[in-house]
Amino acid sequence: MNKVYDNKAWLLILPMLALVAFSAIIPLMTVVNYSVQDVFDANTRFFTGTEWFVQMLNDPTLQSALLRQFAFSLTVLCIQVPLGIGIALLMPKKGWQASAVLILVTLPLLIPWNVVGSIWQIFTRGDIGLMGWGLRELGYEYNITRSTVDAWGTIIIMDVWHWTPLIALLCYSGLRSIPEAYYQAARIDRASRWAVFRYIQLPKLTNVLVIGVLLRFMHSFMIYAEPFVLTGGGPGSSTTFLSQSLTTMAIGQQDLGPSAAFSLIYFLIILLVSWVFYTAIMNMQKDKEGGA
Amino acid sequence: MAEITLRHLAHSYLPSPAGPEDYAIREMDHIWHQGGAYALLGPSGCGKSTLLNIISGLLEPSSGEVLFDGERVNSLAPEQRNIAQVFQFPVVYDTMTVFDNLAFPLRNTGMAETKIREKVLEVAEVLELTPQLKRKAKNLTADEKQKVSMGRGLVREDVSAILFDEPLTVIDPQLKWKLRRKLKEIHRRFNITMVYVTHDQLEASTFADKIAVMYQGQVVQFGTPRELYERPAHTFVGYFIGSPGMNLLDISVKDDQVRCGEVVIPVTPRMRDLIAQSDSSNIRLGIRPDFVEVFETPEADALTVNVVNAQDLGTYSILTLALGDITLKARINEDQPTPKGKAYIRFPQARLGVYIDEYRVETDHE
Repeated sequence: MNKVYDNKAWLLILPMLALVAFSAIIPLMTVVNYSVQDVFDANTRFFTGTEWFVQMLNDPTLQSALLRQFAFSLTVLCIQVPLGIGIALLMPKKGWQASAVLILVTLPLLIPWNVVGSIWQIFTRGDIGLMGWGLRELGYEYNITRSTVDAWGTIIIMDVWHWTPLIALLCYSGLRSIPEAYYQAARIDRASRWAVFRYIQLPKLTNVLVIGVLLRFMHSFMIYAEPFVLTGGGPGSSTTFLSQSLTTMAIGQQDLGPSAAFSLIYFLIILLVSWVFYTAIMNMQKDKEGGA
Repeated sequence: MAEITLRHLAHSYLPSPAGPEDYAIREMDHIWHQGGAYALLGPSGCGKSTLLNIISGLLEPSSGEVLFDGERVNSLAPEQRNIAQVFQFPVVYDTMTVFDNLAFPLRNTGMAETKIREKVLEVAEVLELTPQLKRKAKNLTADEKQKVSMGRGLVREDVSAILFDEPLTVIDPQLKWKLRRKLKEIHRRFNITMVYVTHDQLEASTFADKIAVMYQGQVVQFGTPRELYERPAHTFVGYFIGSPGMNLLDISVKDDQVRCGEVVIPVTPRMRDLIAQSDSSNIRLGIRPDFVEVFETPEADALTVNVVNAQDLGTYSILTLALGDITLKARINEDQPTPKGKAYIRFPQARLGVYIDEYRVETDHE
């Protein structure tokens, strides 16, 4: 067989390149453009180099927002992943119950972000909200506008309620794809329930969990609408996450240069964490001895 | 050590089965002796996997008993029976190394780690898995994985029977015979009862000392490969074993003669009496294509047939013959001349079987 080398084939990727340019490269380059300049008006601009980046990295407000952001993402991941797996394990596998439970579990995923915020805003009100009123009646001074703990707790519960179903659904589909023979072999090998989970179910869930964790990390790291509607970032700035700080800076104060620099840092953090996580998981599956 | 007895065993997947066709396993009695190499042969959907799962305890039979050494085990879970099962698709624990896979059933029983090591190394040696011991099971080839699944059964000292559910389905053809030989070797070495489910007659006859042929939820014959070939006890065995299958001629008795259509078939007086006495309308004569004698010239007692087709298969040919409006197959060796147009055939009476209502009737004189 003679392979024909024809470099004209590269032309075939042009449409894709154009698409990616419009969807990703051009918007991103606009931000890069702003991040290295100080723009006063249409005709006046100064090249600032890395100045904005240095300034942003040293900004205490953003540093604390970043820490809060990591704390938030980690907390929700630590709750949602085990909880999602648990729910998936408990979901019925056949019959009408399976469909019914599937729909019930999926419902929170269908609600738009800001609506979720509004629902919980009302839900937690002390006068008319079931949760706010209920907790107060039980004797707990629940107030998300005053207490940092209440605000944080509520946002985390809200996010868990909204997004655990995603992990549960992914795991459910992963579990469904395990052939019956694996469970039968495990019974014959006298494996305990835990061993079945640890050595059969969990390994088969790895792929869906990688996707689930990555999606959830990116989502939660960029969370905006729900806390904005629910707490407005308060009390004080205790629930002001990165995206909200950024919006305030970019839209509220029109500090385009610093906010562009910060956007890029924000983007790189997400990229880096996702890449490290993905690489680590993929390496775990390789033979330790290099597959000899 | 175990002798597996199935007593009045029947199974249906329906909650309230009405007729026999609702049963995956129709009532049967069967004994697998300790240390035997058995095959369970039958077409897809004949109930062989169901039977296997009942023996291993993955399924509880609707009625009847499963006995291990005379002890009723119906309600025992698979983990309580001393049985290992190898499935059609290799089951390995992906994230574990081959060593950990083999050690897994032993660790579950809480055996000491030094003892486990010794057992695993021994079994790995037999299965030729020693070089792979440190590799993750996920990265093995299909035949290596299947060996690992087998090894998990072999490491257990308490295992008295290993059940194989079409274990070579996903294995490459050139590796199949190697694994099959390995199985034989293991059987000789460990003195374990092995039951091997397959739909491939070649696989069954190379592996097993005795084959149980299953058809429509019943074992229709249990015998050595030779017995199945020479004396099929059921028309299905005649049809399923051998290629091409057995010739079966619908016959009736008229004027004291056994006839197939209008052609008179010479049979022994005993056969004729048996056929005449039966009031069944489903009576057939069966003969294997290789037992049909073919001549180019007329012979005593020979029937005249037309040669419809001759298929040369190298060392032998398959002739398609027309006897009246019935089609027969005959097999002749390459050194025999292939007749053209007309031919003369004879059925050696020792090779003829009489089948009444699908089952063979004993026609021997002794």
